[in-house]
Amino acid sequence: MVTLPSTDTTRREETARALAAQVTDPEMPMLTLEDLGVLRDVSSGDRGQILVTITPTYSGCPAMGAMRDDLLHALRDHGFDDVEIRVRLHPAWSSDWISARGRAALVEHGISVPGAAARHDGPVPLTLLPVPRALTCPRCDSVEVSLVSEFGSTACKAMYRCACCLEPFEHVKEI
Amino acid sequence: MSHVHDHDADHESVYAGLTGGDDSRWAFGTDFEDPLAGIDTTLPDGVDAAALSQYCLMLGDDALIYSHRLSQWASNAPDLEEDIALANVALDLLGQARLLLVRAAAADGDLVPALPEGSPVPDEDALAFFRDEAAFRNVRFVEPENGDFAVTMARLLVFSTFRLAVMQRLVGSHDTVLSAIAAKAVKELTYHRDYAGRWFLTLAQGTGESRRRLLAALTLVWPLYDELFRTHPVEALLAEQGVGVDPAAVADDVAVLLEQVFSVSGTDRPDVPAAGPVGTGMGRDGMHSEAMGPLLAEMQVVARAHPSGRW
Ligand SMILES: [Zn+2]
Repeated sequence: MVTLPSTDTTRREETARALAAQVTDPEMPMLTLEDLGVLRDVSSGDRGQILVTITPTYSGCPAMGAMRDDLLHALRDHGFDDVEIRVRLHPAWSSDWISARGRAALVEHGISVPGAAARHDGPVPLTLLPVPRALTCPRCDSVEVSLVSEFGSTACKAMYRCACCLEPFEHVKEI
Repeated sequence: MSHVHDHDADHESVYAGLTGGDDSRWAFGTDFEDPLAGIDTTLPDGVDAAALSQYCLMLGDDALIYSHRLSQWASNAPDLEEDIALANVALDLLGQARLLLVRAAAADGDLVPALPEGSPVPDEDALAFFRDEAAFRNVRFVEPENGDFAVTMARLLVFSTFRLAVMQRLVGSHDTVLSAIAAKAVKELTYHRDYAGRWFLTLAQGTGESRRRLLAALTLVWPLYDELFRTHPVEALLAEQGVGVDPAAVADDVAVLLEQVFSVSGTDRPDVPAAGPVGTGMGRDGMHSEAMGPLLAEMQVVARAHPSGRW
């Protein structure tokens, strides 16, 4: 026998999903966790609890604790007392999961958006010269930009500088 | 503390803002109750729990010890960009270590050191901070002092090449948790290896002084190279069961890749004798180099002073 979810359950899930989808990333608050692609699923568990599934951006992402707490807060503040945050490691998070709305928000805040992440079927090739990215300066649109470092203020960003407006800017890395 | 949250009230004080008013936030800054929350950690059929656990310790301890070593560059690197880069590499490795130690504890809780009744210290922290030297299963390659920037880059190139090769194969593990951890690690290690490889080339082709230092660095790190590919019985067993990777199986891949870097850089694979065992064993047997004791003392002192996790 198949039990279909009651309308009540469905409505509750929808409300919970909408609340969770508004929670923002602690390190890039212009992005919601949904836009970042970290929020994978919101559903109901066996005992009626709300199950929220998230996928970490990086293994050591220090913001995971804050994300978890912010999700719990957002839901508990609206009467969802029984909430369980679950982690899903597979498939691994990819910068390809950042939504179109998320990309627009990044650009609006002066952060350069990632291109398509590389996919390898065989061994990962070594790249001794930085792989050129087709970037433009988020401030002045110049293409005269150069890589400062593949590592930046958070695990997910690289640092660039613009030769035209002379400003530094951050780029969300392809991963 | 109450478990009923009021978002605005929580953010009234800096402390509450930092902790989120949540008891799960431990004094040492642990930020996630269980990084494998909700993940099915059931063992695959026919896999020995104790062996899997030991294997996770090996891969986890390599990352943990090397992460600690690299973190010592924070505020000491040649410039801010390298400082940040090395801290990022250390953070990625710490994240990998954490997941692997949680996996180790989930597979075999017996190996987690006992702490005072009621201590909120999670299993992975108990493993990191309350095990003694002989219980660590990392290779000796990750233990030595950082040395200068050239030594650090030479060691990072070799280590990230080795670990990337292992993790690429581990993606095929029958253990779905190990497979997922490995898939993530591959992405991170690719950035680490490229970073170290580019610096290796830059130093080799830079000034006379940078080249002299790089060649000295390579000779310095090389004696512990062979140990990376020495198969421990636990690795052999798990490789046979399709859960782990026999490090000897990646030796050729690693050598070929390093040869690419050497040839572009105009350097040669060092010809120096391999370091012998410590007594009867090597790192995977719990036999470590002299540098390990002081490293653990520094890494563990704060946690050990507060085994109940409160101050
Ligand atoms: Zn510009």
